[in-house]
Amino acid sequence: MNMAPTIPPLGGKVTVGVPVERAFRVFTDSFTTWWPPDYHIGGAAMAEAILEPREGGRWYERGVDGTECDWGRVLAWEPPHRLVVTWQVNGHWQFDADPAHASEIEVRFTAAGPEQSTVELEHRLLDRLVDGQALRDGISGGGGWSAILELFAKAAANEE
Amino acid sequence: MVSLLLPFVDAYGDAGLGLLGDPTRRAIFELLARRPSSVGELAQQLPVSRPAVSQHLRVLKDGGLVVDQAQGTRRVYRLNPAGVTALRAYLDRIWDDALTAFQKAVEAPDDREQEH
Repeated sequence: MNMAPTIPPLGGKVTVGVPVERAFRVFTDSFTTWWPPDYHIGGAAMAEAILEPREGGRWYERGVDGTECDWGRVLAWEPPHRLVVTWQVNGHWQFDADPAHASEIEVRFTAAGPEQSTVELEHRLLDRLVDGQALRDGISGGGGWSAILELFAKAAANEE
Repeated sequence: MVSLLLPFVDAYGDAGLGLLGDPTRRAIFELLARRPSSVGELAQQLPVSRPAVSQHLRVLKDGGLVVDQAQGTRRVYRLNPAGVTALRAYLDRIWDDALTAFQKAVEAPDDREQEH
């Protein structure tokens, strides 16, 4: 059964004083120069954040120790107006390789004037990420739903 | 399962963001996002006392962002495994910071980009 999304998408919008081509180029080619370095998932400090410039490309970090951690994949590469990537990092700061648990980020670059662009970001399909996380929590024996389901399983077993 | 989580989102969706407005509380939240920890472990990594950490944890717990669990003699705190509010609040913070950083970088003088 396909359920409608229940978690509203997140997003943001900035207007920048550069042409749209440059906005797209800095966002993608120069990703590592502006991405806040605190936001990473590897055990080692982040040395580089890389967004491969093609559909199907990887989106990942490289730590100072050389290890690489994936964040997601490039789904749409349409310079200079649109970029869609998956975000597969769950609430435990772990990469979830299952595409069924992949949330999506769409970034749209629109000219707002010859020297001005609007950059809009939408992070959607968060239900997928949370479903994957709930599943993982269940497996690792956390509280909440898994505890309730465990009680249910026990009760069901006792019925037989 | 998803539909059962909905009232929770409605009740706490925006409150979560407010709860993370305090820098120490956000730091605690971020440490817990990395690994479940006790009050003592959190206090070691932060420039605040254990009672202060406990107080912040209580606020986060009341707000539904954090849960605790006894593990032997320790009480271990972690992000709420239902995850919706915690994850959403944290991602919202990331995009806000990331877009601000992007804006700063893209509007930096031309010579910076040409070096690359």
